[in-house]
Amino acid sequence: MLHPLIILVAAVFTHNIALSYLIGMCPMLAMSRRVDTAAGMGVAVTFVLALIGPLNWAIYRLVLVPTHSEVMAFLVFIIVIASAVQLVEMLMGRFFPALHSSFGVFLPLITVNCAILAVSLFVMLREYNLWQTVTFSIGTGIGWGLATTIIAGIRERLQLVGDVPADLRGAGITMVIAGILALAFIGFSGMVAIQ
Amino acid sequence: MITILVIGVLLLVIAIALLLAERFLVSHGESSLTINGERVIKVEGGDSLLATLNQHKLFVPSACGGKATCGLCKVQVVSGAGGILPTEQVFVTREERERGVRLACQVKVQGHIGVRLPEGMLAAREFLSRVTAVETLTHDTKLVRFGLEDGDELDFRPGQYVQLLVPGTDQFRAYSIASPPSRARSAEIQDPKSKIQNPEFELIVRYVPGGLCTGWIHKALSVGDSVRLTGPFGDFFLRGDEGPEIVAIGGGSGMAPMRSIVMHLAEKGMPRKLSLFFGARTRRDLFYVDVFRELEARFANFRYIPALSEPRPQDGWDGETGFITQVVGKYVQPDGEKEAVLCGPPPMIDAAMRVLPGLGVPAERIQFDKF
Repeated sequence: MLHPLIILVAAVFTHNIALSYLIGMCPMLAMSRRVDTAAGMGVAVTFVLALIGPLNWAIYRLVLVPTHSEVMAFLVFIIVIASAVQLVEMLMGRFFPALHSSFGVFLPLITVNCAILAVSLFVMLREYNLWQTVTFSIGTGIGWGLATTIIAGIRERLQLVGDVPADLRGAGITMVIAGILALAFIGFSGMVAIQ
Repeated sequence: MITILVIGVLLLVIAIALLLAERFLVSHGESSLTINGERVIKVEGGDSLLATLNQHKLFVPSACGGKATCGLCKVQVVSGAGGILPTEQVFVTREERERGVRLACQVKVQGHIGVRLPEGMLAAREFLSRVTAVETLTHDTKLVRFGLEDGDELDFRPGQYVQLLVPGTDQFRAYSIASPPSRARSAEIQDPKSKIQNPEFELIVRYVPGGLCTGWIHKALSVGDSVRLTGPFGDFFLRGDEGPEIVAIGGGSGMAPMRSIVMHLAEKGMPRKLSLFFGARTRRDLFYVDVFRELEARFANFRYIPALSEPRPQDGWDGETGFITQVVGKYVQPDGEKEAVLCGPPPMIDAAMRVLPGLGVPAERIQFDKF
């Protein structure tokens, strides 16, 4: 069994969800224009993943497996994600208004972030236990936020230089940056190995 | 079978949890809005500032229905709004940000918020009107006349605009009023010489292929339909009936506010000098030529100079040609005090802004409305 901390490191670096699985690309393209929004979205994704990963794990293990309803996992996960994000938004609005106004715009976007669903599905397929699930969820959030923030930093610098060919501007150059960054992250691959 | 039951129960639990959360968490307690530091209104928190202002009959212009895509609902928030959101940054310039300008649709009402609204905006109201006439002006432009319902009137200045609610959507579209203010005030139409029954106003709408509102107006709107509007809005309007010569330059659908200004001054006996320059592509894009020619013959103070940028042989055009901004220089002498009002597509206005200072109209005496 893999140690939860190894899973954490793997999820951030060697098996980064954005760079090695190409999951969560659309919010990455959209939110990587500025470093502060990218980092904000990264924190929001990590926060939501830390809640939803274990929640979906519990629902899968405690409800769906005993009742042999695994076939519905996909549907249940999506519904749980959407409603949990709603619930978190309401709770934050009520008790942490300052946090809510800085996070607020990112939360509804997370509902449609496929990285969140991917974590729940990976956890199910890899048969992680609770601690593994917790560290994998948090690590994935950090990894996604890290990748997006680095890309945002590079894009901000490119904006200053401003000599990106017209046809590559926007999503095109972002995919090129993501590709180069993914190659760079391969450098981490000796650190830990998971499957 | 058990699977269906399990999913059903799960969905039920989730739905109940959400409903309970909504019930107990979403009321944000007593909130209040302070308008211009004097008027305080108690409001229900939790909604956007735009929706809350609208509920309290304070109409802020907005076109997209609160999705932060049109950038029109700018208001100055002096306190209580929190930091500016990434969704707003595209629309708010640096100077505006320093003054606290925000998009009202993105500010959530929580606690006490202080807002500064321009005086003009406080006068805007919502009203219901009925279409009394639809006239075709050119191949792609229509004039729509709206009658106000019993005793209602619209107090606007020539040049201002109203917003129409497109039926079946939450989107508004802005149109400048094309008729003079006198016809929308009940006191002035009471005159026995007046042929008008109810206060009314007119809009000129040019068809934009694929346009949400213009499609509705050109294809579906007919006499007798009732339409919801808000207004009047805008700080582009005629400042005073007396004063120096006005150079009015219009193009495309920029005819509407120009017509309102010209007809208003004509009713007053044309107390100030007015030169109306109007640019169109071909002869078939030009309208109200006869009306303005007739006014030109009646008032020595009024000149009408249309110009076609792409006259066709069949137009038989012997007037001015070229872009309207090139024509202006031939008629306006760079002497004496002048003011300018510009209304039309952005490139025309930008060109006019470059030409006018050379003709004795300094930038601070130029008013414009781009669309």
